[in-house]
This record gives sequence, structure tokens and C-alpha cells, in this order.
Amino acid sequence: MDLLAQQLINGLFIGSVYGLFAVGYTLVFGVLDILNLAHAAVFTLGGLLALWLVETAGLSLWLAFPASVLACGVLGLILDRVAFAPLRQRADSNFSGLISSIAMAIIFESAALGLFGARTVRFPAHTVSVHIWRWGGISITSLQVEIVAVALLLMVGLTQFLNRARAGKAIRAVAENDRTARLLGIHVDGIIAFTFFISSALGGAAGILFGLYFDSLSPDMGRSIELKGLAVIILGGMGSIPGAIIGGLAFGLSEVLTVAITGTSNLRDAVAFTVLFAVLILRPSGIFGRRKMREA
Amino acid sequence: MEALGQFFAIYGSLVNFIGINALLALSLYLTLAAGQLSLGSAAFAAIGGYTAGILTMKCGFPFLLSVAIGSILSGLVGLVIGLPVLRLRGVFLAIATLSFGEVVRIIVLNLDITGGAQGLVGIPNLTKTWGIYLTLALAGYSIARLRRSRAGWCFESIREDETAAAAMGINTTYYKTLAFTLGALLAGLAGGLYAHLNYIITPREFGFSVAVDLLIYNIVGGVRCWYGPMLGAFLLTALPEILRGTGVAAGPVRMAANGLILLLVILFLPNGLVSVFTRPGRPQAGLPPAAVAEEV
Repeated sequence: MDLLAQQLINGLFIGSVYGLFAVGYTLVFGVLDILNLAHAAVFTLGGLLALWLVETAGLSLWLAFPASVLACGVLGLILDRVAFAPLRQRADSNFSGLISSIAMAIIFESAALGLFGARTVRFPAHTVSVHIWRWGGISITSLQVEIVAVALLLMVGLTQFLNRARAGKAIRAVAENDRTARLLGIHVDGIIAFTFFISSALGGAAGILFGLYFDSLSPDMGRSIELKGLAVIILGGMGSIPGAIIGGLAFGLSEVLTVAITGTSNLRDAVAFTVLFAVLILRPSGIFGRRKMREA
Repeated sequence: MEALGQFFAIYGSLVNFIGINALLALSLYLTLAAGQLSLGSAAFAAIGGYTAGILTMKCGFPFLLSVAIGSILSGLVGLVIGLPVLRLRGVFLAIATLSFGEVVRIIVLNLDITGGAQGLVGIPNLTKTWGIYLTLALAGYSIARLRRSRAGWCFESIREDETAAAAMGINTTYYKTLAFTLGALLAGLAGGLYAHLNYIITPREFGFSVAVDLLIYNIVGGVRCWYGPMLGAFLLTALPEILRGTGVAAGPVRMAANGLILLLVILFLPNGLVSVFTRPGRPQAGLPPAAVAEEV
């Protein structure tokens, strides 16, 4: 029983990182209807850059974290300017946008490879001090709590921002209909660039938390979370922020439960993708999706 | 003649790979020609490859029969998967086929008969270079013929506007499934040839990144005519060798070159490299969607 409870808690911890990653993914999709496949590469660069700042530049993690997150936001701006803005007027912009995001993903990943090397690295041992709390057979580390706290804080902050702030409302207006938004005097291109900034910053933050949680970073660490992130946003409904958060948690739980039930980790991803496949066939709008299926 | 022999001694395997990649790119082209973005071609190649390999090795079937059965099985799976999945559009279809591909990869990774992560080892080398290129020529010819047939025009009208095609009385489900199944058949065939080329196949050779590579071949070459994907496969498979010849260091730079080429093509040559060779005055088989685009 304790083992199961421990697994469930672990699932929630890793699920919160998945959620944070997916929120950035789904934000761009909600606004532009474009799947940004470079998101995972930004995630990787975020983690590796934070590590470099801690290890080589000697910053504390509390400084390196925001610095790296900001840098990732700037990557998002570059992404928008280079890969998406030039295609925006094109009729097949969701298709060509997908392709150019793949191109940027390859370029970013090769940059990660060139700048930080191909080896698997980790944060130095005393980057964060770790306490371990135990209740019965369950143990939780302070690092896990901090990761969840940061992830939740960012996700709740984003939700509040989108609901309350003027810029957040403008993002939602552009997501609803960019023409109307433009008529209402919203600077649409600026808002889209800003959306990319937020999305990529959140992706970078997820990368740092992921690296801390698993205690390993590598240039290809984005590959697996890329597919998981897709699963999460489909599960939660494309473009839905709460859907991405809850989808992330559910995905984290499903992973650990599969391992707990089958006793091996081999089938972990198979179950997740079978569920994803089933959701797409049975309810393509996802659990929280309110939109109808879009025309291609 | 001697020079030719020397060339083959050095580049023989590269020439074979180009042929196989061109076949796989054509299999994806079949689905793209009907406007359906699939990321499952690599999985169909895996089905064909593993089936053919197992039949030759463990059941002692003759080479041609094994490859044919693998191809047909892959086509059947394509039919069964295609029917429910092709109701989805655009990005959703891409994600559904992608999750199908992941499930296939994980199944192959966990079965005993496929050799798990080590791969299927000891497949006799029966595929010859002329065999690959004969298949490629036949496939290219059939596809060029198909384009001018009733089915070809139906594919094209579905790609341009599915709703309008349906309104014209075209059975869109039938033709989309046909394109998908033919694509799976060809991918299975290429997989079978590939399996008998290298002594060994592993699940890694049929993953997500391979599916993305096939998409890249199509985009870089151009999906407006049948030789575009072949051109893309040829250029991008040969590119690492060409770069090696010009003394570019391994790893990140070559990877970045791939990404950069893809980015430049999608930004400046949306119809791929073949559009450089076709005279602008002559209307191509597939008129670009620009004419349709204006109304959006």
C-alpha cells in the first residue's frame, strides 16, 4: 500500500513537470493553431543553459533559473520571427509552420549538441539542499516539493495572467479571432511574439525542473518529453490550459501506475500512447476541449 | 568499369540507403498527395521489415515471398488503422499516426520474436542494389501513372479542399484510405528490402525521428510531383557524405545544415527544390494552393 502511495506521489511530481511543459505547447496551439515542435528543443536548451550558469558561471540556482528562463523566452521570440512570422499569411500555415518548427528544432538541438556536448550531465551535488521527509513508508524530498511548487506557481500564474491582465486578455482575443482582435486595436503580431516568449520561457523552466528531478541532462532529453507533451495536450484538449495541467498530472500518474501494475517499465509508454490513440479516435477534442475539430 | 567498381566499394551502402530512403519517402508521398499528414510510415516499414526478416530467417521462406508477405501485412494494418484514423484532420491525424508508430516501436522492442532492443540479428543479405532501384523505378512509374488516373485526381482534389471534394461526390473516406493503404504497402515493401540489406534491424531504426526524416525528404524535394521525394531523399541522404568530403566536422554542424536546408526550403521554396527546375510558365501537375489561398 505504501509502495502504491509512494508511486502515486511520484506520479504527481513528474506529472507537474509534464503539465508545465504541455502548458507552453498548448498555449501556442491555442493562439496560432500551430504545433510548435521546437518546444522540446527549447526545453532542452533551458535545462542545459541553467546547468552551464550554475557550473561554469558559478551562479546560484536561484539566479540561474530566472536567467535561463528569460533566455528561453528570447529563443521563443527568435522562433516566432524566423520560423512562424514569415509563414503567417500563407494558406497552409499550420502545415508549413509545423515543418519550419521541425527545422528550428533540429537547429536548436544541434546548437545544444555543439555548445554543451553530447554527454549526459547533471547539476553539481549541492546545487539545492535536499531534506527527506518520511511518513511510514512514504518519503518525499524537499526538492520534489520545490519542483511541484514552482511548476504549480507558474501554471497558476499563467492562468491568472490570461484571465486578469490586459495582455493576457489580448492573447485570448487573438486566440479567438485574430482579425477581430486587430480591428479592436490589438497589436496582433506583438501579442503573438509575446505568446511565444511566455510559452518558451515556461518550456525552459520545465527543462530545468526536469533536469533537477531526474538528475540528468542531455541534448536529446527533449525527444521523449516531446511525444509525452503531445499526448498530454491531446488528452487535455488542444489549446486548453487547465486541460494541459490536469492532463500532465494524469499522464504522470498513468505512467507510474502502469509500472506499478505490470511490474516492468517496458510497457509504460505503450499504455500512454494507446490511451492517446483511443482518445483521438473516440473524443478528438480531448477531455477539456470545447472547440470542435478544426478543418485542416 | 574499374572506377565504377571502386565507387561501389566505397559508396555501395550509401547508394543502397538512398534507394531505400527514396522508396520510404515515396510511401509517405502517397499519403501526402491525398493531403493527409502521416507520421506512421516508419512504423509500416517496421512491420514489413520485421515480418519479412522473421519469415526468411525462422520459416525459411524465399526472399521474394517474405518481402511480399511483409508488404501485404503492412498494407492490411494500414487499412485497419487508416479507417478510424483518417477521420481526423491535419495535426490530429499526424499525432494519431505518430502514437500508432510509437506503439508499434514499443511492441517490437518488447517481443521475443523480434529480438527486443538488440534487434533481429542474422537476416541473410539478399537485397541487391539493382533490386532496390528496379523497385524504385516501378514504384515511381506506378505513382506517376496513378496521378493521371481517376484516383490520382481524387487524391488531388481531396488535398486541395476536402469539403469541396466531398461535395463533388467524391467518396473521400474511400480515397483517403486507399492512399494510406497504398502508402503502407510501399513502406512495408521498403522495410522488407531494408531488412535483407544489413544483416540486422533494430527498433531504433523505425522511430519518430525516422518518420520526421521521411517528411523532411518530401518537403525538401517537393510534394507537387512524384520525383520530388526521391530528389529530397537523394540529397539529404548523400549530404553527410558530401559534407564529409568538403571537410566539415562531424556532429552538430552537419545536423544544423540539415535543419537550415529544411528551414530555407519551407520559407523560400514552399513547393520544394523541384520547383527550381520547373519553368514557371508551364502549369505543374499540382497547381500550388496559392489560388485557393486568397479567399481565406
